[in-house]
Amino acid sequence: MFNIKEHFSATSINETIRLLQDYPGAKLIAGGTDLLVKMRKASPKCPVSLISLREIVELSQIYLTETGNLSIGATVTFDEICNNELILEKMPFLAQVAATIGGPQLRNMATVGGNLCSGAPSADSAPALLALDARLELIGPQGKRLLDVKEFFLGPFQVDLRDNEILSCIIIPLSSERALGGYYYKYSMRNAMDIATLSCASVCEIDAKNCLKSVRIALGTAAPTPIRCFKAERFAEGQQFSKELLERVALIAQSEAKPRSSWRASKEYRLHLVKVLVARTLKQAYLNAGGVI
Amino acid sequence: MPEINCYVNGELKNICVDYGETLLMMLRNRLGLTGVKKGCEVGECGACTVLVDGKPVTSCIYLALWVDGKNVLTVEGLTASGELSSLQQSFVEEGAVQCGFCIPGFLMSAYALLKKKKHPTETEIRNGIAGNFCRCTGYENIIRAIKNVNQTSTKAKLP
Amino acid sequence: MGYQYVGKNINRIDGFAKVTGQAKYVGDMNMPGMLYGKILRSTVAHAIIDKIDTEKASQLKGVHAILTYENVPQNRYTSTGHPYPDDTPLDTMVLDRKVRFVGDAVAAVAADTPEIAEKALELIEIEYRELPGIFDPEEALKGKAVEIHEGTGNIAGQSGYEFGDVTAGFEKADFVFEEEFKTPIVQHCPMETHISIAYIDENNRLVIHSSTQIPHTLRRLVSQAIGLPISKIRVIMACVGGGFGSKQDLCQEAINALLAFQSRRPVLLEYSREEDMVSSRTRHATTIKLKTGVQKDGRIIARSMTLLSNTGAYSSHGHSVALNMGGQFATLYSTDNIMFEAKTVYTNLPIAGAMRAYGIPQLNFAIESHMDNIARKLNLDPIVFRRKNICKVGDIDPVNRIEIKSCGLEEAITLGEKLTQWREKRSVYASQNSGSHLKRGIGMACFSYACCCYPGIEEVASARVMIGEDAAVSLFLGSAEIGQGSDTIFAQIVAEELGVSVDNINVIAGDTDVCPFDLGAYASRQAYVTGTAVKKAAALCKRDLLCGASKFLGVSDASLTLKDNWVMDEAGNKLMSIAELSKRMHYNLEAPTMIAHDAHFSPQENAITFGATFAEIEVDVDTGKIQVKKIWSILDAGKILNPKLAEGQVHGGISMGVGYALSEELLYDYTTGKILNNNLLDYKLLTALDMPAMEVHFIETNDPTSPFGNKSLGEPPTISVAPAIRNAVLNALGMEFNELPLRPEKVFQRLYCNA
Repeated sequence: MFNIKEHFSATSINETIRLLQDYPGAKLIAGGTDLLVKMRKASPKCPVSLISLREIVELSQIYLTETGNLSIGATVTFDEICNNELILEKMPFLAQVAATIGGPQLRNMATVGGNLCSGAPSADSAPALLALDARLELIGPQGKRLLDVKEFFLGPFQVDLRDNEILSCIIIPLSSERALGGYYYKYSMRNAMDIATLSCASVCEIDAKNCLKSVRIALGTAAPTPIRCFKAERFAEGQQFSKELLERVALIAQSEAKPRSSWRASKEYRLHLVKVLVARTLKQAYLNAGGVI
Repeated sequence: MPEINCYVNGELKNICVDYGETLLMMLRNRLGLTGVKKGCEVGECGACTVLVDGKPVTSCIYLALWVDGKNVLTVEGLTASGELSSLQQSFVEEGAVQCGFCIPGFLMSAYALLKKKKHPTETEIRNGIAGNFCRCTGYENIIRAIKNVNQTSTKAKLP
Repeated sequence: MGYQYVGKNINRIDGFAKVTGQAKYVGDMNMPGMLYGKILRSTVAHAIIDKIDTEKASQLKGVHAILTYENVPQNRYTSTGHPYPDDTPLDTMVLDRKVRFVGDAVAAVAADTPEIAEKALELIEIEYRELPGIFDPEEALKGKAVEIHEGTGNIAGQSGYEFGDVTAGFEKADFVFEEEFKTPIVQHCPMETHISIAYIDENNRLVIHSSTQIPHTLRRLVSQAIGLPISKIRVIMACVGGGFGSKQDLCQEAINALLAFQSRRPVLLEYSREEDMVSSRTRHATTIKLKTGVQKDGRIIARSMTLLSNTGAYSSHGHSVALNMGGQFATLYSTDNIMFEAKTVYTNLPIAGAMRAYGIPQLNFAIESHMDNIARKLNLDPIVFRRKNICKVGDIDPVNRIEIKSCGLEEAITLGEKLTQWREKRSVYASQNSGSHLKRGIGMACFSYACCCYPGIEEVASARVMIGEDAAVSLFLGSAEIGQGSDTIFAQIVAEELGVSVDNINVIAGDTDVCPFDLGAYASRQAYVTGTAVKKAAALCKRDLLCGASKFLGVSDASLTLKDNWVMDEAGNKLMSIAELSKRMHYNLEAPTMIAHDAHFSPQENAITFGATFAEIEVDVDTGKIQVKKIWSILDAGKILNPKLAEGQVHGGISMGVGYALSEELLYDYTTGKILNNNLLDYKLLTALDMPAMEVHFIETNDPTSPFGNKSLGEPPTISVAPAIRNAVLNALGMEFNELPLRPEKVFQRLYCNA
């Protein structure tokens, strides 16, 4: 039995914000796969007030915005991302990412917003959204603000959510002209039900001459927060794809990573994985973008 | 104590639950559906898997409150007719059962998988049951059982 | 001889109950007024409890019992599920003033709800006087080390043997190889954690429903622990959700019994997953030093082994595990000059007990890795090297004096060689070019394993067969069905003897008030030992039936057979149904006859199961990750009593073996002794997406010492999986890994960090 004092089922974003104001200390809950597990392990156990986002229709939509971007509601589950037709058509890369998360049951419950807001360095949705230059729509008592996802992560398990503010949706810019290639590599001990020892998402666009027009590389569990590898990206952009280029880019990315040692993996091993994963994901992203070797 | 209405194995239930009560506790303690097993209480083992509106969830980290207005299916609901479903029959015949503790969870994951796709490939089966741990079988005969469900049997169809 | 039920793919008799969710495990029972027990666990590795104050907890509404070392019997016992008397140290008490590992029991509470019980635990105030914690077994043996159990020098047991002249053997040998191997602490992870319900019945007797592998032994252990006569205790085994050895121990039933006595209410005590992984039992971590003398022709002429086994905070099965290793060390490769030295050491870590194959996975990893390392140095194919040295029919091991009467090992190796295309792949894989980051490898390992505990400890089992007036058969057993399918096997044996169908047989097992004595599910002994008792009891009933039939039919009983639920003549004509026969025997004015017989069996010999595991793997040399592509398991477990169930045992054994090889390890903080990965996210059991393809074959020898030629099968399939994988990695990379598990980071370190 969880120690829950009260449970409010909000039906709108505005109601959620009001509830947050009225019940200081109340926690937002959507899928519950992160919060409930933490509550069970927390000690001493003090009663918690919960505000459920599960019934808020406006948070659970996936649609194309007027400007042609992809909007994914904060309470969309990973299973929905895996199977949503719009995502499969416009951004199959995201479905590939979502399929690496937990197992079927967990994907039916866990939400993309919850995953981001947990602020875990290993959050599976973070590298991909970083690499896609996603923006977050955050709504609070003072209104709406848009934040680049790369600004969102402040530290381990810390995100830029202000008082009484909630994440409403994730907006992913869609490239209008050329196909964008993306690939996510989650390196973990198991092929399911695991957290990433290291993860890497690479996204690129190529031009007609197989040059890398734009490159974005992001890492999970490689620093106190999910990070982008800007130096590596800048180096790669405009270059012709080659094996040597991959090696150079991977080395630069490695210099940007700041992993720590834990009993799960050493810093040295994680750094090594950065190099391997960056090369592998960028190569596959290039191929997915239609590049030829 | 909030009151919820939901269908459990096809039957409408009106139940008062605690805020902190999990779906697992509600099913086992209030409704006596002890086929739903508790293996870890943190959503890691899959033994407590049930279907909520057709989708498998781990009922140990799913609040009972959340099934208000929804359909819940547990292992007990697979034998509504009193006979084994073709899926259960296949588990027995293929030697998919050993200690049996994880089996209700596997049956629910498999059931959801087969509802989505009648003849899943081996990879799809492995993916479909990847959220369920079994320490006895190495999964081999469970996979075989799901593969070999007699979909044409008229005697005991999937409910 | 053709059997009708034995050797056939009979569906499990508990299959229906288990797929419908109707099978009743302990947690599925509910009793009026039932309380919930919880145990307070030590947060420090080694300490004396200076003060324990339960005042606040006892004032909490809804608390009905609180136990500390101050109010429980201070009887010393061993928790080991062995027959009496047991020579493992009596180092355990229900609750002690000293705590010896993070997770040791400090106090226990029973309350109206689990939440109140937990709250009460939080209210118990403890002052610890901390002692230095010892986590390294080598440290434990140093003179200055603090003693975890007074007067032991931190040694839970030690033993050794020498046969022949090992020193002379090494001197004579052309080559001598010496290596060290290490294995980790792993955990059983049965899907159902340890759980029991205890209550005092209307006759003032203690009743315990438990998820146990050893109902009768558990009753005796509880009796010793709490000082209640055996006659006052009834243990009833429920459906068991997996054990793998962890439930061959008294882990929680004694403390639960005391909660029930104090509260006079039924108490449910259920371990959480986190608690189960730390505070039940584990598999011994070991350090094994091997020395082997080999002649130029590849014959081994001398072997020695030094074992350091870490039993954790209490002995539990402790040194018995080492003794078992000593027996098999001398069996697989028979050598005239052989020496074994073993120490089992206490540390402030979780308690190691019995786990599937009782020390042999550790031993086997060492000896089979060693064999491959030697073969490599001698430039011999590992199979060629093994063939020169494996044991054969007629060999008698010098330790236990068990004569091998059946051995399909040579045949198993040959079949594996063929199935895996061994020769072709070995040479191709050993000379892979460096073009790809994926490297393949193929390896193999052999094993031997006994079929019961004779002559190490007592072996006995009994069975009662009772035939009702309509040919319904009741089979009473003290043995334990824990998922391996033993109840089904025994029903098959009864069906075979009596000529009745399996669905006529009702198995009643594991209730110490009702069922005859058996030692329980361990050592893969039940089909071998209990199976014989069942066969004997059924044969006695068969004699009665034939005698009755002969009387009613007026023909000689020698001309009659029982088959397909009928009494038949020699030509196979149905003369009378067995149902009719048993009815007429029961309801008979002149001489009513009850048909019921007990039989027991105590083997005064043993047999050896053999097998060879082959593994094909692929290493990602960029990341160090090993993927097992396929496992071939070829076993000589004698006659297979139920191929489908047998295959399932092998699959499960392989999956445990792959986990042992690659990912499973209970990790602890080196300074505090706290277990770091006490959950199924961080303790890496394999999922369905991680398991390799598996191919299982049986070489069906016919062992003369068992009821149907069968040998042990429950534990053996797990034994040589890890070394086979490890040897495949050796083939792929040319690197010797002498420590388990082969986690990717370890492989990475060898690939990249070894200057």
